[in-house]
Amino acid sequence: MNALLVYPILIPFATAIVALFFGKNPRVQRGLHLAGAVALLAAAIRLLVAVGRAGIQATQIGNWPAPFGITLVADLLSAIMVVLAGLMGLAVAVYSLFCIDARREAFGYYPLLQILLMGVCGAFLTGDLFNLYVWFEVLLIASFVLVALGGERPQLEGAIKYVTLNLMSSALFLAAVGILYGVAGTLNLADLARQLSLPDRPGLVPALAMLFLVAFGIKAAVFPLFFWLPASYHTPPLAVSAIFAGLLTKVGVYALIRVFTLLFVQQPGFTHQLILLIAGLTMITGVLGAAAQHEIRRILSFHIISQIGYMIMGLALFTPLALAGTVFYLIHHIIVKTNLFLVAGAVHHLRGSYELKQLGGLYRAAPGLAILFLIPALSLAGVPPLSGFWAKFVLVKAGLQSQEYLIVFTALAVSLLTVFSMMKIWAAAFWQEEEPVQAGQAASTAGDRSYRGLLIPVTALAVLTVMIGLLAEPVFALAERAAGQLLNPAEYIETVLGAD
Amino acid sequence: METVLAVVIGGLYAAGLYLMLRRSLVKLILGLAILGHAANLLVFTVGRLTPGRPPIVLPGALTPDKPFADPLPQALILTAIVIGFGVQAFALVLLKRAYQTVGSDDLDEMKATDT
Repeated sequence: MNALLVYPILIPFATAIVALFFGKNPRVQRGLHLAGAVALLAAAIRLLVAVGRAGIQATQIGNWPAPFGITLVADLLSAIMVVLAGLMGLAVAVYSLFCIDARREAFGYYPLLQILLMGVCGAFLTGDLFNLYVWFEVLLIASFVLVALGGERPQLEGAIKYVTLNLMSSALFLAAVGILYGVAGTLNLADLARQLSLPDRPGLVPALAMLFLVAFGIKAAVFPLFFWLPASYHTPPLAVSAIFAGLLTKVGVYALIRVFTLLFVQQPGFTHQLILLIAGLTMITGVLGAAAQHEIRRILSFHIISQIGYMIMGLALFTPLALAGTVFYLIHHIIVKTNLFLVAGAVHHLRGSYELKQLGGLYRAAPGLAILFLIPALSLAGVPPLSGFWAKFVLVKAGLQSQEYLIVFTALAVSLLTVFSMMKIWAAAFWQEEEPVQAGQAASTAGDRSYRGLLIPVTALAVLTVMIGLLAEPVFALAERAAGQLLNPAEYIETVLGAD
Repeated sequence: METVLAVVIGGLYAAGLYLMLRRSLVKLILGLAILGHAANLLVFTVGRLTPGRPPIVLPGALTPDKPFADPLPQALILTAIVIGFGVQAFALVLLKRAYQTVGSDDLDEMKATDT
């Protein structure tokens, strides 16, 4: 058994369990939480290194041979995603120390966050569709509680929509898994890939592809299934919003990538063209929704949607370059999006409001924060030399190579609109001179300790964004290798099932 | 038997979706529960119904006697039922808290966060 694959699941689990024993003692909980996040990141990086060196890693839990037992498998995409999950877990862990109130801590905020990370890592590492369903449920239940924790009215209203739509998608996913089992007689991804590529494959497969597209599409918040996201993501505390924005929808995107590169590749003219259409519409509706909003968190929520469109676009084009672009975009987006939400939290900490109308003059009050906002905001919009530029550049280049000019045009136009709405936040919250008409209680000054604490993860992530932008070459090489593994599933199948 | 179950599953899906389209929060959660059960039954049915033959490997044999019932869909459903119960328990608590906070179980009253 390969323990490297088990650690990213076991570490958050163990942390959560131990932290639950110290429910009355927030200080111990915080320490454990931080230690767990660091350990998870370390384990994730070790896994990535192992996968990078030795190729795809797989292990059979309980030592049952492959199609019968539970398989954990990590190719480069999985490993990258686990590292990102660890990174976001750590960033949000540090951030939470300074902004989560005592009541939420007492009701198990930290263990829940760890369970959420466990679910996310499990979903990335599993090699079996039913297990994917189970991990989805694990992370969903943790996220349900995190959304509702605190019990404020907007939170509960948002939680109802979030819970309903996600349960609905789980029911669809389960139905799809069941039908797939009835059709193919297996749920192991590698085995399925082999079965579905046989010439006499059953006729239900396109219908199944659509079921999976809807089920994962709801989770990934693609057009037209995204309405739960702007209704719920801005309601919980910012640390929670940030990790949701960074990771949860991306689990849906990851599942889409996995399923539509490994299982349903028989009729790309049908499935992938549909995904391309969805990608374009997702970008447009997301960014237009963002342009219509005047509250930082809502603008950012809508931007998650439009960015999902870019990732799906790479998947839809289905060329090596496009998939590399998708992987690069995932790396870039998870970091940047989490960071933007964290900055919004710091803004709220200073001014007690998220409404653009009630903000202003932040550049004078906190120039450091202004710069820290500008870095991820420009990166999101795709300004060189930040990470977003390269991600978009690769995708646009792939689109031009595939001669899908419409989607390229859409992507570029949406980038411009992204700049517009980022500048809207910049102009209203930071640049505009006048002080606000004392809207919220001015929560604190720029000098106090917890504010500086909030800036630690923000700064770290901003530095990371710049680094990815400047060192785009090695990151892109990694993404390209991940894309290569996705497009040639032979190694994946062989690693899981054994060479025969 | 498959035909009967197919009709039942269709009815459950229809009932679940109908309930979810109502404005009442209670009906929404009942709808979710029924939808979950419909999915479970669907998994059960497409796993092929083979009554009366347990999948037991006789001494000396390598595979069970054919035809035998496939145990895997039932294992899957068992897991899904447990997960479904957990989630429904949470949904009920959420319902109660939302009802207490908003003072109504009408979903049209809960659109403050919609955009």
